[in-house]
Amino acid sequence: MARGISTAAAADTSAAAAATPLAQPARPARLRKRLELTLLLGPALILFVGFVLAPIGIAVYYSLYNWSGFGPLTEFTGAHNYSLALSDPVFRSAIEHNGIIAVLSVAIQLPISIGLALLLNRQMRGRSLLRLVVFAPYVLSEATTAVIWLLMLQPGGFVDKALTAIGLGHLVHLWLADLSIVLYTLFVVLTWKYIGFGIILLLAGLQGIPAELREAAAIDGASSWQTTRRIVLPLLAPTIRIWIFLTIIGSLQLFDIVWIMTGGGPANASVTMATYLINRGFQSYEFGYASAIAVILFIICFLFSLLYQRFALRRDTRGALTRAVG
Amino acid sequence: MSAVAAARPAAVPPAPEAPARRFSLLKPLTWLVVVLVVAITVIPMIFVIEGGFRSTAQINASPVGLPHPWVWSNYTSVLFSSAFWRFLFNSAFIAVVATAGAVGFGSMAAFALSRIEFRGREAIYTFFTIGLLFPIGVASLPLYLLLQRIHMLDNLFGVAIPEAAFSLSITIVILRPFMRAIPAEIEDAAVVDGATRLKFFARILLPLSRPALVTVAILAFVFSWNNYLLAYIVFTSPSHFTLPLGVATFQTQYSQDTARIFAFTALSMVPALGFFVLAERRIVAGLSGSLKG
Repeated sequence: MARGISTAAAADTSAAAAATPLAQPARPARLRKRLELTLLLGPALILFVGFVLAPIGIAVYYSLYNWSGFGPLTEFTGAHNYSLALSDPVFRSAIEHNGIIAVLSVAIQLPISIGLALLLNRQMRGRSLLRLVVFAPYVLSEATTAVIWLLMLQPGGFVDKALTAIGLGHLVHLWLADLSIVLYTLFVVLTWKYIGFGIILLLAGLQGIPAELREAAAIDGASSWQTTRRIVLPLLAPTIRIWIFLTIIGSLQLFDIVWIMTGGGPANASVTMATYLINRGFQSYEFGYASAIAVILFIICFLFSLLYQRFALRRDTRGALTRAVG
Repeated sequence: MSAVAAARPAAVPPAPEAPARRFSLLKPLTWLVVVLVVAITVIPMIFVIEGGFRSTAQINASPVGLPHPWVWSNYTSVLFSSAFWRFLFNSAFIAVVATAGAVGFGSMAAFALSRIEFRGREAIYTFFTIGLLFPIGVASLPLYLLLQRIHMLDNLFGVAIPEAAFSLSITIVILRPFMRAIPAEIEDAAVVDGATRLKFFARILLPLSRPALVTVAILAFVFSWNNYLLAYIVFTSPSHFTLPLGVATFQTQYSQDTARIFAFTALSMVPALGFFVLAERRIVAGLSGSLKG
């Protein structure tokens, strides 16, 4: 709907712009326009190319060399860094960890988010306060979150004591030192931190659903469960798809919380692609190799975005258009 | 579409629900869930705040428990230390510069890309949108080398400027459709009144775009305020540390003085939570509005 209006507006503008040169001498007007464009676009383009695009390009270049970050690039190794990375068991397990976090996020955080969003969308006393509380962890920085949970999870600390107190003492583990558990501990912390974001998104989506639809369903005798299942959830699907997209991208790029809480350890049990990249770059000074990892990480994110846009998000635009017409 | 979403006032009246009695059976269950959720969300924060009121000896003797007696010295020593205020100032300074850069340059570019016809316009727009896919982590190594080359390591601008650059994409993606949706008649009227294009931008379009500008400003500010990685690689001297970097470093540096870690971490939550309580509506509307496009 909005798109239709804005295209019409743009067409009007262009008609107006086309009409002006007839009234004025053409040459100064064109020069002036070019100057204006340079002035308006120049700073953003310089900033963007210089600090966003160029670094990625440079990473591709460095990735072809064996280089410690100091001195000239002399040792050209071609794709060697890439084959090294892809056959490196640590990097492979890093990819696997990112994958596990992504799958767990969608499988566990999504149902919780939907449930809580439906709950918080109801009329109930203290609702706005409740929303404020649920969103609160999301506004804390990742660093603060990590330190809070380091303190909570200390051996014999709050989490252990709380579990013992409710009779689940046998579940107590070395949360961050046990190789088979640390990744899942981190996942719980991530869930605590990011669940509010899903709820914010879904609540906004819920408010976009016309009340008439639910009222009509209720009049037709639908139970509240049926209404939720058949009307609310399908209409929420575009929001859910965007949430899944952002969550998976976030899982692939996971860094801060893992880095501060475990550094990827113990024994690489919680290593992610990004922590591995920083580790090899800034602690082992293997800049060429780390650049290759950066490029692989970028390609994975890029491919995922492309495929997801193509197969999942594409439908949303179509849905939006048909809905606007209807 | 995002223009419409962002333009919508923050307070959307909640959709009227189906009659409440339909849910009456679920009520106890609902409240159980609510209590559980609130507890899980709030307890870690309270635990840290409360821990700040205990002494390290108390914490060592029993990791969990109420302060006995209440100790104020942890909080006062952090509040009277120059480090905390310096970290806070650095975070604020960087966030303000990054936000100003992203919103200032981003809105100029969005104006050109939305309301001026020229060849290559769509190509440039697409070019900017690619930035949405670049995580700052991927760029961190070469960014480090670039900053080293231009002597901006260990410099507040060395973090602020890349952050501004990384916020440009989302700024432009949100602002462009918004600016586009502003009716052409307004521009025509301004032109008739003798306004140049730049004057129209500065005097009319920008004020009209305020809701969208607030949204992108909040996004840029929060991105910068919470950013850890860039500060981690760029800063070596503690006098440049931001709050996230400071909190993470403090935690390893003072590992014997647990009580002070509690107090420091608790205080580091205050600005974010305070800002959130004050601007909750705006933040929520901004975050959800930005993601609809």
